[in-house]
Amino acid sequence: MRRSRVAGGTAAGLGIAVLYLSLIVLIPLAAVVWRSADEGPGYFWRSVTTPDAWAALTLTIGASALVALVNLVMGTVIAWVLVRDRFPGRAVLDTIIDLPFALPTIVAGLVLLALYGPQSPLGINLAYSRAGVVLALMFVTLPFVVRTVQPVLLELDTEMEQAAASLGAKPFQTFRRIILPNLIPAMLSGTALAFTRAIAEFGSTVLISGNLPFKTQVAAVNIFSQIEGDNTTGAAAISTVLLVVALVALIALDVLQRWGSRRG
Amino acid sequence: MRVRGLGAIAAAVMATTTLVTACGGDSDAGGGDGGGGKVRLALVAYSTPQAAFEDIIKAFQKTPEGKNITFTQSFGASGDQSRAVANGLKADIVEFSLETDITRLVKAGIVAEDWNSGPTGGILTKSVVVIGTRKGNPKGLKTWDDLVKPEVEVITPNPFTSGAARWNLLAGYGYKSSKGADQAAGLTYLDALLKNVPVQDDSGRKALQTFTGGKGDALLTYENEAIFAQQNGQELDYVIPDSTLLIENPVAVTKNSAHPAEAAAFLKYLYSVEAQTIFAKNGYRPVVDGVTGFDWPAPPQLFTIRDLGGWDKITTEFFDAKTGKVAEIERKLGVATEK
Repeated sequence: MRRSRVAGGTAAGLGIAVLYLSLIVLIPLAAVVWRSADEGPGYFWRSVTTPDAWAALTLTIGASALVALVNLVMGTVIAWVLVRDRFPGRAVLDTIIDLPFALPTIVAGLVLLALYGPQSPLGINLAYSRAGVVLALMFVTLPFVVRTVQPVLLELDTEMEQAAASLGAKPFQTFRRIILPNLIPAMLSGTALAFTRAIAEFGSTVLISGNLPFKTQVAAVNIFSQIEGDNTTGAAAISTVLLVVALVALIALDVLQRWGSRRG
Repeated sequence: MRVRGLGAIAAAVMATTTLVTACGGDSDAGGGDGGGGKVRLALVAYSTPQAAFEDIIKAFQKTPEGKNITFTQSFGASGDQSRAVANGLKADIVEFSLETDITRLVKAGIVAEDWNSGPTGGILTKSVVVIGTRKGNPKGLKTWDDLVKPEVEVITPNPFTSGAARWNLLAGYGYKSSKGADQAAGLTYLDALLKNVPVQDDSGRKALQTFTGGKGDALLTYENEAIFAQQNGQELDYVIPDSTLLIENPVAVTKNSAHPAEAAAFLKYLYSVEAQTIFAKNGYRPVVDGVTGFDWPAPPQLFTIRDLGGWDKITTEFFDAKTGKVAEIERKLGVATEK
């Protein structure tokens, strides 16, 4: 990712962008964090560490990390197939990759229940289990890595690979030494997006998880239950933890990316 | 990026469709005849009585009082709706599943303190907690005790995400605790019952969906929901336990209504035999005399939330996320099955 300098933009443009971002993103986020501190740090800590909130948080973060890893591998493979392979229906497949984004997530939940629920035509029942949560998260985060890696692969100069091959490199060697270093920044940023999206997911998990506290209840649903119980401060506290985790993940991956692109 | 563009277009199309549908619904509701002094009332209610309200509003608009009144209608989860009104959503009439959703508005100064001083105590519709079963009741589930037998799967929503799901648990609790007299026995029962609950959906409707989708042997639900499901062709039978909880859904007009006279007229109409008959057709038990043509079986022991101490007491004692007794049971079950 290349960073352009401010010099190109006008002051007015910058002003509008900052104002817009503040109104839409920064101030609401700050308000949630501010809200979470309403009753002091002790209350914040207690809200986050109640057994049900803690179980929901660890499940969510664990499942999201797993899903991010699966995406890292499978997303790259799918992007590779879409860019490098020629097969009938490729254009259609390329278009429907974004479907998980376009679909309301509650519909995603229904779709998954129909195929992997108690009346599964495939005989695979993952509903109301942690596996179901992971499945839902995989569904909604599928496009991220694919869509970040795809353009990089498209722009990748095949001459480098041909040169490597002509110098006697085996396919795997070429992949590891030539292609992978170029892809890593895109793969990592896609993975980070998938992870942060997964920890926030509500709609698709709420149906398939079965919402069992301590077992399958994800953080977003737990936050909902805090709100339902009129504990907005507790809800804000758990939300703040998710925000911090997302932020840490994005920063960590950004650092990794720079490191990766320097090496590349 | 080309495909991103497609996604954006899809999103825009969806947003537009929603908007158009929303507007369409709105003008449907506005059936006034264009005379002078047109008044628009905002009705904010929980989701289940939507079909009933649509018919009731049409009937109301045919009466002299309702002639020039149109409505905006909003339906959704009871707690969400109540919080929206507390946070500034305009409403002239509110109807919720739980009394606590009105109490929230009383505390916020939106509903008058004496909202429940009328002859029905502010209650608009009634129902009872029932046990839904598979067609023909293959496991012969008839009583609260049947539900805690091993190998019986019971579907009921999570009482912490679905405020209304609290009715279900309290029905079983009330039976076993002899209307709250023997709290320990009631809690032991809830513990055994929740052990048999493999899924805790976030709302009653989703629990119904889970059950009709093939999961579970019994569904804790309300009589009106079971009737709704049957009317919609779902494969479901239900039994009314001998001892069960009377569900009472409250209604109120708001203090800050711009049209208090019209709102009051509509509230009055809601208690008319005509309106109550429409509620009855939708599965609710009427709260006034004179509604005929329906058969509402009377369980030998029917108790109310007041028998158990009232919502304020029950909410703190049972459903506080940290110190509530039901929270404690869920916690214990979670820890026990974690191993």
